[in-house]
Amino acid sequence: MSNLIREMVRSNLKKRYQAEQRFRLYGLASVGFGLLCLALLFADIIYKGAGAFRQTVVEVELYFDPEVLGLNIPVETDQIRSANFDGVIRLMLRERFPEVTTRADRRALYGLLSVNAVYDLQALVMANPKLIGQSRKIWLLADDDVDMYYKYGREGEQVGRLAEISRIWVEQLADDGVVKTQFNTGFFTNGDSRDPEISGVKGAVMGSFFTLIVTFIISFPIGVAAAIYMEEFAPKNKLTDFIEVNINNLAAVPSIIFGLLGLAVFINFFGVPRSVPLVGGLVLSLMTLPTVIISSRASITAVPPSIREAALGIGASKVQVVLHHVLPLAIPGMLTGAIIGMARALGETAPLLMIGMIAFIIDPPSSVLDPATTLPVQIYLWADSPERAFTERTSAAIMVLLAFLIVMNSLAVWLRRRLETRW
Amino acid sequence: MKKVICSAILVASVLAVSTVASARDYISIVGSSTVYPFSTVVAERFGKTTDFASPKVEATGSGGGLKLFCSGVGESTPDMTNSSRAIKSSEVELCANNGVTQIKEVLVGYDGIVIANANEAAAFSLTRKDVFLALAKQTPNAKGKLVDNPYTTWDEVNSSLPAIKIEVLGPPPTSGTRDAFVELAMEPGAAMVDSLAQLKSAKAGPETMGMLMTLGIAAGVATTYEEKNGKAPAGLNIFTQVAHAIREDGAFIEAGENDNLIVQKLVANPSALGIFGFSFLEENADKVKGALIDGTPPTFEAIASSEYPVSRPLYFYVKQAHVGTILGMQEYVDLFLSDAASGEDGFLLDRGLIPVDAGETRVQIIK
Repeated sequence: MSNLIREMVRSNLKKRYQAEQRFRLYGLASVGFGLLCLALLFADIIYKGAGAFRQTVVEVELYFDPEVLGLNIPVETDQIRSANFDGVIRLMLRERFPEVTTRADRRALYGLLSVNAVYDLQALVMANPKLIGQSRKIWLLADDDVDMYYKYGREGEQVGRLAEISRIWVEQLADDGVVKTQFNTGFFTNGDSRDPEISGVKGAVMGSFFTLIVTFIISFPIGVAAAIYMEEFAPKNKLTDFIEVNINNLAAVPSIIFGLLGLAVFINFFGVPRSVPLVGGLVLSLMTLPTVIISSRASITAVPPSIREAALGIGASKVQVVLHHVLPLAIPGMLTGAIIGMARALGETAPLLMIGMIAFIIDPPSSVLDPATTLPVQIYLWADSPERAFTERTSAAIMVLLAFLIVMNSLAVWLRRRLETRW
Repeated sequence: MKKVICSAILVASVLAVSTVASARDYISIVGSSTVYPFSTVVAERFGKTTDFASPKVEATGSGGGLKLFCSGVGESTPDMTNSSRAIKSSEVELCANNGVTQIKEVLVGYDGIVIANANEAAAFSLTRKDVFLALAKQTPNAKGKLVDNPYTTWDEVNSSLPAIKIEVLGPPPTSGTRDAFVELAMEPGAAMVDSLAQLKSAKAGPETMGMLMTLGIAAGVATTYEEKNGKAPAGLNIFTQVAHAIREDGAFIEAGENDNLIVQKLVANPSALGIFGFSFLEENADKVKGALIDGTPPTFEAIASSEYPVSRPLYFYVKQAHVGTILGMQEYVDLFLSDAASGEDGFLLDRGLIPVDAGETRVQIIK
């Protein structure tokens, strides 16, 4: 009898080993496929977006002619605001390219430099009014079409829509050695703009930051309190079962629904202003709450009952058990859950649509009550823009979003490692 | 941990309370996504050249914008709304019911939509009826029944057109250009088809149902409409549905939001036509040419004079009650109307705006 069983096992053995091998291979293949997709995504984004971190600038020698600027000496600060810096730049360009005479060509010529160069000059002269009446070499931002051409189009490939004549000018300037690319600091210090060359992610990053702060401040305490009550105090009856089912369902509700709710409740009923991180945070905290509650409950359940029993055994009250023992042990798990929930909130655009956070906002917000957009919204808005130079900025903004996510997830891992207790 | 939670709750409540006290120091603009590119550029210049904060501009669509605009007076409501059509009387009424009475209408300029093909391809002269018949999802056949669009070449639609396969690259439904195209070319085109014109004017009830029978539209369409909107459909409602449906069998290709991309594809494929904004035609005049619509070529002048049929005026509306309370509103309007912005040489023209004639009235108060 036992021989027979041994025979049967032996004859099957090879098949079973093979099956196991195959099974492992499937797993490996799935992991490999996932990694490949990720690598492709990253490669694509980095390939497309890397250029956005470099910016073309043109060096020009400007003479701040008080006559052209329309300023009287001594100069008052108020006047500088309305001074004709455009005139100074145009005069310089006309002198550099005296052969340009027709009106249309002149327009194209003036278009070589960013329209925003004026504001840079304005700020420069504001800070140092002595410049008026002097000459100075300054690096000015090139127009986005020039930027695209200088970065990509010079090898013959047709990129962007820079006119033939402008290309010749850019080449002439490049031959003079006054065109270069430099690190694009403006991308991190500017808000949104319709001119790609001066648009930046600061507004969106600050908006995301403030929104997430509000989300955390609201969803974490409420989520933890709800989880503790449900786990430790609530009687086990139909009502609590019903609540539990609802919380689980809520976690699966599409996020746009929360946006509609936010519009109806926070904006229309409570009168919170539209488009501000506060209302965004409130809506996203509704969305994150179920995740926080579920993960908090899981980490409370993971605290061994022996610890509760020991505390009860030496006479601790229920509240003392929870606050002194259960909560400190469960906190790392709760925080991890909350941060993962927030990472999801960071990537949301749909609920923000309803509460006016998908908007063109130039000034970066400085509090939760200033209008703001968030990073994914910025990506969406740029991806939609007709200007060619926004394509690379879209990918660059995606990189910033990914970096933000990686920081948040690392924080979650670090917190868990630091606070975790093992038995 | 207890302290942390308590203080967090405290902070949250303080935040909530402080919102009530804060005053808005920026202009809030909502509305059409067609006007959005112009509005944002002006907003940006406004923020940079004046002491006022930069306005906030949301693209909510014309209808959505007017709804928000008309929701009342006060800081929580928008100060201006962009619109790619004139305000409707029902919207003026809605505004009035909510206390929004003094509304200033500002004409921004014009916007034209062109049908173009590569320069080396055959020239097209289309009527809007041709456009509808070539691109509608369903067209009436010889017996007057609506059938799936049978046309595959242009000469089947209209014998005077070249015998080229119908292949049109156009914007996706999310685009404002698509909305305008459907409204300004497809809808009038459908109204030029007799049976559909009858449907358009049919009254709700038996008359509409009769027309549906003639056209062979399933009664289900009417019932669905009724369930959705809670009232029996008038012929116009069903007509709009038919007129707005663009074929999905491959003759109309959604080419994405990027008009530049459409231009490039037209150059690569001379037998295709493309639909995009006038500004792209102007900028790429060395590569593509616009088709005549109802005999009018898409030129700057023809669009400005409304002679070219697929063009529309763009507006924004200003809530006069907010002027004085929200700072900078008058200055924003002034900047928008200045020659530097929307004049002959203005910076908005670089973004594709067609300016208003010098003599035309641009500002009026809606009664």
